Amino acid sequence: MAISKEKILEDLNKEFADSIISVTAQFGDEIIFFEKEALLKIVEFLIKEPYTFTMLLDLTCVDYKGEKERFEMVYHLFSLSNKLRLRLKTRLNEANLEIDSLSPIFQNANWLEREAFDMFGVQFKGHPYLRRLFMYDGFEGHPLRKDYPLRKQQPRIRLRD
Amino acid sequence: MKYRIQQEAREGTMLLNMGPSHPAMHGTTRIMLELDGEKIVNCELEMGYLHRGFEKICENKSYFNLLIYTDRLNYVSPLINNTGYVMTMEKMLGIDIPERAQYIRVIMCEFSRICDHLTALAAMCMECGAFTVFLYMMKAREYIWDLMEQTTGARMTTSYIRIGGVRSDFPSDWKETTQKAIEETRKVLKDCHGLISKNKIFLNRTRDVAVVSPETAINYGWTGPCLRSTGVYYDVRKTYPYLVYDQLDFEVPLGERGDNFDRYMVRMLEMEQSLRMVEQCMEKIPKSSSPMHLMAKGLEPAEAIKSSRTKRSEAEIKLSPNLEGTEKDKYPGILTGKGYIVPPKEDTYTTIEGLIRHFKFFMRGHGIRPPKGEVYFSVEGGSGELGFYIVSDGTDKPYRLHLRAPCFHIVSSLEDIVRGHYVADVIPTFGSMNMIGGELDR
Repeated sequence: MAISKEKILEDLNKEFADSIISVTAQFGDEIIFFEKEALLKIVEFLIKEPYTFTMLLDLTCVDYKGEKERFEMVYHLFSLSNKLRLRLKTRLNEANLEIDSLSPIFQNANWLEREAFDMFGVQFKGHPYLRRLFMYDGFEGHPLRKDYPLRKQQPRIRLRD
Repeated sequence: MKYRIQQEAREGTMLLNMGPSHPAMHGTTRIMLELDGEKIVNCELEMGYLHRGFEKICENKSYFNLLIYTDRLNYVSPLINNTGYVMTMEKMLGIDIPERAQYIRVIMCEFSRICDHLTALAAMCMECGAFTVFLYMMKAREYIWDLMEQTTGARMTTSYIRIGGVRSDFPSDWKETTQKAIEETRKVLKDCHGLISKNKIFLNRTRDVAVVSPETAINYGWTGPCLRSTGVYYDVRKTYPYLVYDQLDFEVPLGERGDNFDRYMVRMLEMEQSLRMVEQCMEKIPKSSSPMHLMAKGLEPAEAIKSSRTKRSEAEIKLSPNLEGTEKDKYPGILTGKGYIVPPKEDTYTTIEGLIRHFKFFMRGHGIRPPKGEVYFSVEGGSGELGFYIVSDGTDKPYRLHLRAPCFHIVSSLEDIVRGHYVADVIPTFGSMNMIGGELDR
């Protein structure tokens, strides 16, 4: 039983009328922009029948330096039975970089969120093991932020045991 | 900060490091194991040893220049990576590419997929003790690389697929080379089936080891042959057909149990389908529009440059024998898109307009400038859905480029899968996941 894209967006708008800021489309992809508090509720809504967005394709962050709400979290969800992709976006304020973790729902969010934490310093509430993924312990700063210089060098660290 | 595995360590168990430099780690990854005898109680993966800051580099390179970095992601199938990036850009720019270029891309992608699977299985079999299979599969890969070398000029870092088409046409004798590659690969696949598929040692190590249910696989974001081995039908080539995949007749092999053997078998069967696709493409591919006679008449490039110093030269110029010459307008069959492709070299060297166009393409702040916005596009890579997420701010550099690496999601599940198995099971499990360091660590 396939469900159309329009129906899903309509249902979402109805269910989360006060937390969804905008629904736009660009280059054929639907983008849903919402308040960050509603993240878990929206994902839990979308994962159920008949929407079945059971796969988290991708999770990443974009740094818009200079804007008031600096960090933008981008989630790509995918529904196997409906063959639909959906992009969810929300903004984080630099003063409060906390957002709910998706790792209780999607298991691959564990590593993806560790990557976002490593690269941007986003704090995930409820993450079981928030540790740097690519960089080492003792690395200072978050390399993918726009204010991190491209050729910055870090001091050597002592040999770990 | 202590590692999770150290925090959770139980009394009387042993902590063992596998890697980072271990022959079975396919690069550098560190697997930390907590062992009770030979049984794995807990497991943790540490990666990032090959982290080169791909995404940071891309933010500081122009759209044309960062193409070469995509070669280095999955270094076993660079042509699929090129295709993924280039098609994301084409989606953003709205370019349609010539039909012949689409067929060339499909042939190259399918051969790359075969290379990818061959390498993955060769390494997996070798680690299980089947060294003959490793050598056979490497031999088959050499025949495929013959064609790639002739066409792209490189074996691994090809940078062959360009925005607007492909960099050069096939050489004149490509059909013989391709035929030979197909025949040799078929022979090798048959041999390897005979050696491995019913081999008791191999079966004991892979059958019913590391079984993954479809629900777990989906929850972990698995795609590609690993997801299909659990019986879930999802292939980007079928679900979101790109290039000419909707005109080709091919099947998507599925597994039943989702164990190591199924992951091996799905790859074996997929290679046969890829060979079928290449054969169909060879028949369907439109005739080359590159006029070979242009190679014969016209001025030599050196002469043309010399004469252009004194007067405007209107004469035809012979195509230079190197690949640069193929980026000419005279090859509309494989590369199109004004403003998005490198201006023809012979114009650059002989006319002032050509020189200006050349500088306008390569100058900082000029060149390819897609509209503001963001785009996600994915192709079926060797080990799954290879997606690119690009945010453009209207300048000549991407504001943000994120890669959805297929093996990232697959490898992230290793910690859970091997729990409760034996140390020896880690090797075929890790092998069947096809971890590629360049893609995983970026």
